[in-house]
Amino acid sequence: MLVKQISVFLENKSGRLAEVTQILAESNIDISALSIADTTDFGILRLIVNDPETAEKALKDNGFTVSCCDVIAVSVPDEPGGLAKALKALEAESIGIEYMYAFVGKAENEALVIFRIDNPEKAVEMLEKAGVKVLSSDTVYKL
Amino acid sequence: MQYWNPSCECMSREEMEKLQTERLIETVKRIYHNVPAYREKMQKKGIEPGDIKTLDDLKKLPFTYKDDLRDTYPYGMFAAPLSEIVRIHASSGTTGKQTVVGYTRKDIDTWSEVTARTLVSAGADKHSLIQVAYGYGLFTGGLGIHYGAERIGASVIPISGGNTKRQIQIMKDFGTTILACTPSYALYMAEEMEELGIKKEDLKLKAGVFGAEQWSENMRKEIEERLGIMAIDIYGLSEIIGPGVSTECCCKCGLHVQEDHFIPEIIDPVTEEVLPPGSKGELVFSTITKEGIPLLRYRTRDISSLNYEKCECGRTTVRMSKVSGRTDDMLTIRGVNVFPSQIESVLLEFGDTAPHYLLIVDRIDNLDVLEIWVEMNQQLFSDQVKKIEDSEKKIRKAIEETLGISATVKLVEPKTIERSEGKAKRVIDKRKF
Repeated sequence: MLVKQISVFLENKSGRLAEVTQILAESNIDISALSIADTTDFGILRLIVNDPETAEKALKDNGFTVSCCDVIAVSVPDEPGGLAKALKALEAESIGIEYMYAFVGKAENEALVIFRIDNPEKAVEMLEKAGVKVLSSDTVYKL
Repeated sequence: MQYWNPSCECMSREEMEKLQTERLIETVKRIYHNVPAYREKMQKKGIEPGDIKTLDDLKKLPFTYKDDLRDTYPYGMFAAPLSEIVRIHASSGTTGKQTVVGYTRKDIDTWSEVTARTLVSAGADKHSLIQVAYGYGLFTGGLGIHYGAERIGASVIPISGGNTKRQIQIMKDFGTTILACTPSYALYMAEEMEELGIKKEDLKLKAGVFGAEQWSENMRKEIEERLGIMAIDIYGLSEIIGPGVSTECCCKCGLHVQEDHFIPEIIDPVTEEVLPPGSKGELVFSTITKEGIPLLRYRTRDISSLNYEKCECGRTTVRMSKVSGRTDDMLTIRGVNVFPSQIESVLLEFGDTAPHYLLIVDRIDNLDVLEIWVEMNQQLFSDQVKKIEDSEKKIRKAIEETLGISATVKLVEPKTIERSEGKAKRVIDKRKF
């Protein structure tokens, strides 16, 4: 049920993000979700794409520092309390979230959220037990 | 008082050469018999102590390198047993190993003598108040000047480095007349003084003895103007004795080498041929009175030239020109010697291969600042900000511990650092000397 996320190291200077997206475009990569964590000196670009392996290779070939890790994608009802249910399920088991980000999906009335958790297998189990809809990688890559 | 020891400082060339020859012959014998590492070098060249009869024979002797001190770490180059060593100093090494030097009681006496001559050159006498703002400790700067100041009977203020506001307060309240520190620190003090609203007229400062780093004539002018003093250059290195190897006089036209203790040569660093007076090349020193760690033909890697003409001040000792550069990649940052390879060895602790790095040295508000760019690689990278910041912090700490000075670390993207012929440029020095 886990989804592959690509992370790219970026210095805070103009044009870097444009270059990444250009490289991905040339490799026919479709971006499903994207988030940037930034500090004063650098940023980490996190991407969910339709073909993580090709994307990782294309970026590495172009000299970027890239890593790949497993994240969890869930779909929560786009209504008050939707996200709270998922977070409560994780909190109940003392599962810490390293970071998370939401993104706009194509499904109506649903918000899509990515969780980065150190022990993702257990988290998936807990989320599913609590009735949270965990998305398969195939579903996410096609978004 | 113009000279501390006129019989040595104003000796005729003939007398000096006679004295140097006697002392050189004795030193070669002592080293040959007491330092196996150097004896082997001599044997390899087929030379015995008996072959050294004149000063001209000096060039037959093999060189001593900083690496010789490191390879025989810590005491291998000592020519006296530890029972006779009364002091040990050390300077930073390139791969974590320090360069260790030892002094016998007589060596400390010699050191006091040469630094006394230095201070007197700067106009000091027993009425002077000498503020020693060089670091005390394993670094030779502080204690070296301290001995010279005591030798001439001046009052020493052993304040050591740092705590600038307090330095200035003491300088003003105690009535310091001579300041000893790095030239960049002197300028930094001048800046702080302005901020504190203390004018140069509020001080009794007359002269400064500045060294341990390269500085320019422009910097001298600025220091002299802003502090209202005479600024003179002093040279030394711990391997030879520490500060006091040579010093400028009030004429400020070259540094008088204390030739009765140290014989200088200028060589071509590539062919290793001795060059005639006036030629620019690498400065090489042979110590001829030291007991603890006497060194023959020590390669300083400093670039200078020699002038044997008699100085207007009356001294006859040979003058070396202000050091104008290095033949290796050593940098002096805030008076501390830094080799780029030290950074490399620190970075190696963070992975199997060291990432590419670049040292950027600048002088901001008269203080040297060191920024180190490290190219991000797979081993340092993480998708989590805190893990990257953690690595950054660890690198910074490890570098500070190794170098003994602080530095900022900036992680940059791969291939940011320019490569030439596959080899990365390691240093950008923006300071103007």
